[in-house]
Amino acid sequence: MIVADRKPMDEILAMLAPYKRVLVLGCGGCVTVCLTGGEKQADLLASQLRLAATAAGRADLQVDVDCITRQCDQEFTANLKKPLDQYDAVLSIACGVGVGYMSEQFPKATVLPGLNTTSFDANTKKGVWQEYCGGCGDCMLAETGGICPIVRCSKSLVNGACGGTSNGKCEVSKDMDCGWYLIFKKLQETGRLDLYTKLRPAKKWSKDRCGKGARRLTHTELMEIEETSK
Amino acid sequence: MTAPAENTPVNPNEPVSKLQREFEAGHFVVSGEIGPPKGTNIGKCLHEAEEYLKNTVVAVNVTDIQTAVMRTGSMALSHMLVDRGIEPIFQMVTRDRNRLALQSDLLSAYCLGIRNVLALTGDHVSMGDHADAKPVFDLDSVGLLQAITTLEAGHDMGLDMKGNANNLDGAPKFFKGCCVTPCADEVEPQILKLQKKVEAGAQYVQTQAVYEPAAFEKFMNDIRKRGIKVPVLVGIVMLKTAGMGKYMNSSVPGVKVPDWIIKKLTEASKEDRQKVSIDICGQLVREMKDMCQGAHLMTLGWDHCVPDIIKAAGLA
Repeated sequence: MIVADRKPMDEILAMLAPYKRVLVLGCGGCVTVCLTGGEKQADLLASQLRLAATAAGRADLQVDVDCITRQCDQEFTANLKKPLDQYDAVLSIACGVGVGYMSEQFPKATVLPGLNTTSFDANTKKGVWQEYCGGCGDCMLAETGGICPIVRCSKSLVNGACGGTSNGKCEVSKDMDCGWYLIFKKLQETGRLDLYTKLRPAKKWSKDRCGKGARRLTHTELMEIEETSK
Repeated sequence: MTAPAENTPVNPNEPVSKLQREFEAGHFVVSGEIGPPKGTNIGKCLHEAEEYLKNTVVAVNVTDIQTAVMRTGSMALSHMLVDRGIEPIFQMVTRDRNRLALQSDLLSAYCLGIRNVLALTGDHVSMGDHADAKPVFDLDSVGLLQAITTLEAGHDMGLDMKGNANNLDGAPKFFKGCCVTPCADEVEPQILKLQKKVEAGAQYVQTQAVYEPAAFEKFMNDIRKRGIKVPVLVGIVMLKTAGMGKYMNSSVPGVKVPDWIIKKLTEASKEDRQKVSIDICGQLVREMKDMCQGAHLMTLGWDHCVPDIIKAAGLA
């Protein structure tokens, strides 16, 4: 799932400073699961904004709330109860995908991000989300015991641990596992250390977002069905 | 001034540098290190290299934006050492340049008369003084060695329109080195990676700081058993104070400073500390010189101590 974290209140208030009528728009997808952008968080944020506005002498700030199943899918925009383009600004607390897609779907609306989108995570224990995938477009998990060196190694190395590993932790932070230490242990456990010693060529970054810009997935058969059923 | 650009060696087996020749002659090799300054005042750094390193060590490492703290570049200083008759070891980290820039800089370095390269990953950006910079790490240290080997074969890493390797108009030839951490708490992943570095073209190894001869001996036995035959220079980082030793224990991965060293430095008076520090380095080299092919002295600004360390090590 996609994980996103709430922006600091000061930053949100600064973003909203030029606007009077604001809609906080929640999303029922990933950000509901990671407890940052769902319906409950939208209600809470709206209340916080009203209080903060009053405290800051901005009693004219009007804050409404809405939420749809997913902000990243055209199928659900019909379920919007509030007209987005009739607000001065829409504070979307979806991930960046939702913010971008809403902005595109409602050309006259000003859609602002209430969250910082960070990563593709697993919910590893109650209250903890850990990044597991970097979305590089050229998955190498088959060679690394299912542990992604692109995100679990702070340097995205593809040939093994650097000298910055210590007691299984990364030089960047003693709280962060060394990705290649995890890979080494997993490959050792599964009798596949041959994969650790395999000399890998340079990573094909051309499949990553940085390689050729924004990527797109197309299922032509689905597109054709859609066309014929019209 | 500088070595001519178009001087690809005719005999591919001929050593390309004094460093390589010394290893081939079976001599125990000592290398030193300079760190370029943060700014354009390079006089002191070059003066110290001429004064204390030129006639005492075989080659001098020039660090590449060491610890991710922005400074003058390794290539410029390496080239200036060449001009002064001092053989540089051009350190290259993969943190700051993608494969285009790394390959281009390798060709540039060769044109500037630089022959020894040390391929490193580099400390993470977040460790340095530009924590908001975008880390590159397009290649890792193994990938950089592969890139150098490819350039030496007359190609680059790219492909032409037909999918064939691009040919170079003149290929470089380097003496390629790499790094390893012999006293890492989990040493096997380090050794397995070293094996890959050698497979990718590494011809010599400079190690992270070692203060435990017994652990180093075990490491050397382990790598030789695995068929890693390239010359190894044991890394000696000069400890200036007991506090520095303690800091290394708590904060530098894969380095363990034993109590006897910290005790010696603690007990030394301020005036004696430098001499004690020199003696410790000398003793470490003496204890390890029969296990390896050389020592890499990292004096961290105390370059004037290098001649005395060499004496204390019984090498002068």
